[in-house]
Parts: sequence; structure tokens; C-alpha cells
Amino acid sequence: MVAMAAPLESTTLSVDIRKRFPAFELQVRHEFPAGFTVVFGASGAGKSTLLDCIAGLLKPDHGKMALGNETFFDAQHNLCLSPQKRHIGYVFQSLALFPHLSVEENIGFGLAQQSDGDRRQKIIQALKGFHIEALDNRKPPELSGGEKQRVALARSLVTQPQVLLLDEPLTGLDAGLRQSILQDLREWNAARRIPILYVTHNRDEVDAVGENLITLEHGKLGRIGLPHVVLNAPQTVGLAQAAGFENLLPGRVVERREADGVMRVVLQGGAELEIPLGATSTGDQIMVAIRAGDILLATEHPHGLSARNVLEGAVESLETRGAMIALKVKAGVVFEVHVTLGAARALQLTAGSPVWLVVKTYSCHLLRGNTEN
Amino acid sequence: MNTEAILLSLRLALTVSALLLVFSLPMAYWLTFTKWRGKFLLESIVALPLVLPPTVLGFYALIAMGPRGALGRFWQAMFGHPLAFTFAGLVIASLFYSLPFAVQPLVASFESLDRRLLDASAVLGASRIRSFVRIILPLAWPGVITALVLSFAHTLGEFGVVLMVGGNLPGITRTISIDIYDRTQALDYAGAHQTALLLLLVSFVILSIVYGINRRVWSPWPHR
Repeated sequence: MVAMAAPLESTTLSVDIRKRFPAFELQVRHEFPAGFTVVFGASGAGKSTLLDCIAGLLKPDHGKMALGNETFFDAQHNLCLSPQKRHIGYVFQSLALFPHLSVEENIGFGLAQQSDGDRRQKIIQALKGFHIEALDNRKPPELSGGEKQRVALARSLVTQPQVLLLDEPLTGLDAGLRQSILQDLREWNAARRIPILYVTHNRDEVDAVGENLITLEHGKLGRIGLPHVVLNAPQTVGLAQAAGFENLLPGRVVERREADGVMRVVLQGGAELEIPLGATSTGDQIMVAIRAGDILLATEHPHGLSARNVLEGAVESLETRGAMIALKVKAGVVFEVHVTLGAARALQLTAGSPVWLVVKTYSCHLLRGNTEN
Repeated sequence: MNTEAILLSLRLALTVSALLLVFSLPMAYWLTFTKWRGKFLLESIVALPLVLPPTVLGFYALIAMGPRGALGRFWQAMFGHPLAFTFAGLVIASLFYSLPFAVQPLVASFESLDRRLLDASAVLGASRIRSFVRIILPLAWPGVITALVLSFAHTLGEFGVVLMVGGNLPGITRTISIDIYDRTQALDYAGAHQTALLLLLVSFVILSIVYGINRRVWSPWPHR
């Protein structure tokens, strides 16, 4: 990896900003520790806007931002450091490689202040660290997607930034390549311990990075925690969609059984579900989110199950997606259900087959923001 | 063919297009990147010569450069001779006359740049000037060439402004188009034709070069 000087003391990036736009307001208050923080949210949630504010490309209306003792922005004291002075590494979603400069010139662009010898040495280290030595004289238009992403990372990291902002930097790469680049990044950061903000709306990337996660919705900070904890139990429609919940079902609470910790919900179309007790009252319109992979299928009426929700329906359509089959099943409303190829074969599922859907109570998630969609 | 007039026109066009580039680069940069809401005012002023009859522009230029005009008095005080009816006066008036032909192609090519490249440059610590020299100029070069060539060609063929501000002094202000006008008035059609044809061919070649280099940059023709 890119060999670095002695490890720096790890610093925290503290952000407490607000910025108004015609369509929404960005409002974020969070301390980003050293290491990876995934910023997760649907497109348009304000993720790139947040990064632009941190980088100094956009100026917030209110608040403060500081890295350790160094203030980047303070609205009260009318202080706003220019991007040039913040010493931040930012890998844009579009990568923004300079198309007229070679890979080597791109990587050396941020090292203008250094002597020729130092610059040369750092460029060579960066090229090696990201396994792109062979590309030094090529220009960005001649590179593959993965190569461009490596060059963009190398260009940002070679300047030894104090904060690293990554805006969906590995989107479109296959899992193997993504893991290998992430591994390079982790090794690089082991010696540096700087805050790294990793923006994505891709569930696979979240799992690959796998550290702290914050969610952003309509410019507001949502939940904070470990990725699987936050994303496996979304609380809003937007987040559930972004986290890949295929079934978002509107319904009405008909009965609360406080003693059992559950409540009964009637979905549009008449099907009834038992879901965990939530902060709603009887009669409230709500949304229930269920993963397509959390629904079991049976071709006969199942007996003696612990699962409380068994719905009768019929297969409407089947679609093969890689190693699994996505079925649309009409049971009052249309559910999306995912099964393996083998399971679909064994059950001899075809369009029109009568089936029973089995859903555990705790696979049903109550969402806030039920008025949306 | 009047070589003196041709050489004078070339000298004028070269001087004006070179000076215009110097003024237009910062002006176009500002027009492209400013967030000032009133920038349309400057845009309108720059575009005025596109719609104004050259005689109107020339008329006001003459007033300004005359012995009672501010510019004329300043010039007299600085250099000890009047500005009107001199080569320098011609250059100054032509700068205004050809301004849109330099500024508009530059603005168009600056605007077509990916802003994220400039963000990247800033985040990597480059000053505005370094970004301009290393990123904007190399990527906007078709616009720069277009600006140079269009303002050269436009100045080469101007008539109304020259007539108003320069008059008709051989070797000083008698440019090609004035020469053509004179010969036509004197019924020297053969002489007029020679010079006119030369100007026609030169203009055609220049425009062919511009549009050949890059169709995307400013052009009166729809984009393909």
C-alpha cells in the first residue's frame, strides 16, 4: 500500500449544518469518527449535497463544521474555508478525472506544491498502491470503469487528505473488484485513521463496507448504527425502498394486542397480517414493509406453523433473475416473493398455481411516513 | 488591388483579435461563473453590436473620441494628439464592435465544461488561476480558436464603424471595405471586384476552418 509517515492522531469530523434549497432542506448533525461511515439514502436524499458542504464546494446557511480543532465553517463568525484549504480527498460520483491529462498527471495534480522528486516518488507509490503502474501514460478516456475508479482514488489519497469523501465510488463494479479496492482502502486507512464518508444507495456496497451507517432522507439525518441493524428494520418508506424492501403495503390497524406485543392490520384488498406492535392507534393508516426473500411459499395449506401469517393466493407471474425467481403472487394485494430456482422447480410453480404465503410476524416492519406513495 | 488597404485591414484585424482575446477571457470567465443576478445586463451590452447598426456604434464611438468626448480628451492629454481618425481610434472602436464574436464562443465553451472537473481541481488545492490555466483553457481550446478567428474575420470586413470613426485616410484608416466602397463610387468595378473577391474568399476559408475545428462551439447553425 501507499507507504505513509507516522500515523496521525485520529480526528473527528463534526458537522452541524443546515442549508435550504427550493425543494428540500439539508439538516445534518453528526460526529464522524475516524474510519468508515456509510451515508445511506435514496437518490435525491441530499447525500452529494452533504459531501459538497463538507468539501467547501457549497456553503451551508447555518451551523458549524470542524475537523478536530480546525474549523472549516462557522456561520456565526462568517468563516468558511475554501475547498483548497480544507485538505479533503473527494472522489466524485462521476470521478471527474481530467480527460486531457495522463493518469500520472491526474494523480500528480494535487501535488503541485511539492518538489519534483517528492512528487515523482509519491506518484509512483500511489500507482503501485492501487495496482495501476501500467497505466501511467494513458488518458482517462482509454481506461476501463474499474481502472478509472482506482485512478480517482489514487488521485485523492496521494495528497494525504485529512478527510475522505467517497460518493458512490465503486458503483458498477463486480463484487470481487469492489472487495479488492475496499481492501486497498482499508489498508491505507489503517495507518492514517481519518474519517471516511462512504456515500451509497446500493445495499451490496453497504454490506461490503460494513461499518457505521447513517441514513439520510429528504436532507434529514435518520438512523445511526450498524448497517444490518439499521437496514434490516427500516422505519420509513423511503429508507425501506432504498434498503431493498420489495413489498411496501398500505393497510389499516384494526386491533392492538398489547399483551402479545402485536397488532392486526388489514391490507388494501382484504388480506390480514399480524405485525409487531408499533406506535400507532387502532384505525390508523400505515405501511408495512416485507422483504421478498422473507416470505415462504407453500403449495398446500400449511399446518402447525409458528408463523402467524398464512395468506392464500395464486401465482400471477414468474421472472428468473440470476440464481433466483421473482414471483408476483396475488393474495388480496400483489406480493413479490423470491425463491431459489431449485425451490421453484420442486414446487412446480407456474402462473396460476394456487399457493399459500407464510410470513413471520417479525418479518413485517411498520413504517412511518405512510402518506407517501 | 490596393495592397496598402489589405495590409492595413490585416494589421487592424490581428491587433483587435489579439487584444480582444486578452479582454474576453476574464470577461467570459466571469460571465460563466458569476452568481450575480444582474449578469444579463453585461450579457446584453456585450451582444449589442450583433443587433445595432454599425453606424450607431461608430457614431457614439466618434462622439466619445472627439475633442469634447471623455475618451478623446483623455487621449489628447496622454499622447498629445487626438484619437479620432487614427489607427488607435479604429482599434478601440473595433474592440467594441467585435466583442460578442470573442466573448460568446468563449462563454459557450466554458459553459459546456463539466463543473465537477473544476470542483475536483479546487478540492485538490488548485487556485482559480491554476484551474483556469491547467483545466479550463486546455479543455475549452476550440472555443478560444473560434473566438480568435471569428473576431479576426469580423474585424477584417467591418465598414460602418471604420467609416464613422476612421474616415478614409490611406494607410491609416482606409481598410479593405472602405477601399471597395471608394472604387465602386468611382465606377472602378474591376478593382472593387478584385478586393471584394479576396475578402469573400478569406472569410469563407476562415469560417470553414472554424466550423471544421468544432461544430459544438458557438455557431449560428443548429447543433447536429
